[in-house]
Amino acid sequence: MSEVSVTKDAGGPESATDKLVVLDNINKHFGALHVLQDIDLTIARGEVVVVIGPSGSGKSTLCRTINRLETVDSGSITIDGRPLPAEGKELAKHRADVGMVFQSFNLFAHKTVLENVTLGQIKVRKADKQAAEEKARALLDRVGVGNQADKYPAQLSGGQQQRVAIARALAMDPKVMLFDEPTSALDPEMINEVLEVMQQLARDGMTMVVVTHEMGFARSAANRVVFMADGRIVEEATPEQFFSNPRSDRAKDFLSKILHH
Amino acid sequence: MNVLLDNLALFREGFLGTLWLTIVSALLAVVLGLVIAGFRVSPVPPLRIFGTLWVNVLRNTPLTLLFLVAFFVVPKVLFPGINSFVLAVCACGFYTSSFVAEAVRSGINTVPMGQAEAARAIGMTFTQTMRIVVLPQATRTVVPPLSSIFIALTKNTAIAGAFDNVDLFNVSKTLSNDGYDIAVIFIWITLGYLVITYAINGLFRLLENRLEVAR
Repeated sequence: MSEVSVTKDAGGPESATDKLVVLDNINKHFGALHVLQDIDLTIARGEVVVVIGPSGSGKSTLCRTINRLETVDSGSITIDGRPLPAEGKELAKHRADVGMVFQSFNLFAHKTVLENVTLGQIKVRKADKQAAEEKARALLDRVGVGNQADKYPAQLSGGQQQRVAIARALAMDPKVMLFDEPTSALDPEMINEVLEVMQQLARDGMTMVVVTHEMGFARSAANRVVFMADGRIVEEATPEQFFSNPRSDRAKDFLSKILHH
Repeated sequence: MNVLLDNLALFREGFLGTLWLTIVSALLAVVLGLVIAGFRVSPVPPLRIFGTLWVNVLRNTPLTLLFLVAFFVVPKVLFPGINSFVLAVCACGFYTSSFVAEAVRSGINTVPMGQAEAARAIGMTFTQTMRIVVLPQATRTVVPPLSSIFIALTKNTAIAGAFDNVDLFNVSKTLSNDGYDIAVIFIWITLGYLVITYAINGLFRLLENRLEVAR
């Protein structure tokens, strides 16, 4: 478990009532498997929500529905007051506003690190090449890989690749960032460098949805913990409440398994 | 007595005819093949159906049959007076495009799903995702089968020679009618085809090496 401590912004997100992401009664099936069952979730602007739960509980799927990498069978998803559009140009525009970081990094293998970060700005935001590069270099510095700009992704360590992936998402100036198990594919010694970048983002007030197994991160950076099991949201609470005094048996069982060794 | 020297101008015309048919048909096949491969992996169902139909109909029809349709149906029904070169290029190009589309699709399938997801996640449209992220990474896989397809195309253009186009095959018919020894004609004709197919071979080997260096 990584122990990256941070003092939370006391008044911020709790006082913000502005709803940025609203999931209303989401249902989704994978064949016979009912992977998301009546999911209601509202995320306020500036809030950091950590989704935890056993594998197969639907937390990654939930994360991916927010930018429609997974379609839903029923229910509505609204981001910043606008409902999620169907496939097409509108959806592409919408996705540009939602940053996504994947478990397997998914950096463009045929592009350099710098190009990975400028590509979206130039092709999607139609930014000027010079400006895009300046911004990309600033972001790469911010995540601590500024000196790797001209390398290809395969030449970087996992931790470095994931930080580039975060920079790539940030380059689009997203309204919300989705993290789908960002540290699960990393060697233990590289987990912290990625979590630190995420902590910094959280401190800077970025709205974040983080699917993770890093309880240390959940404890220190989350405003709210969402516990999922078997396709349902079983429990929602502040990290203090959740980790010290979980209400549901399912959560107690889960925590006893992961915290006691 | 010497078939080649006596008919050098005709041989040259035939060789250039085959070369020209091959190049123009190949260009048409690549453009169409890319579009159709895109259709086949597109999120829009009607496009997917169209792509599948295109590939299955053209790939499973004998080329000679396509030529019969092109030369005896198309001019009657659609474009009277259309020239035979255009018809031959369309028949060869459309036919070959179905093979190109499948080669490209197999290349697309070798690019990990995450690459396209990442591209979509930063707001790229389907076309941008294909053009900027997926196809460049598919190229390396597509190049070797493409060279086979183009070599097959070179030889397939011989059918155009039977349909009012001057190419190597057509020249061989003319000369054999003139009474020259068929065996000698065939040696020179074969040599003509070999020059083109070996050129394709070399070109694609060069391309493969170039792509290897890039990564």
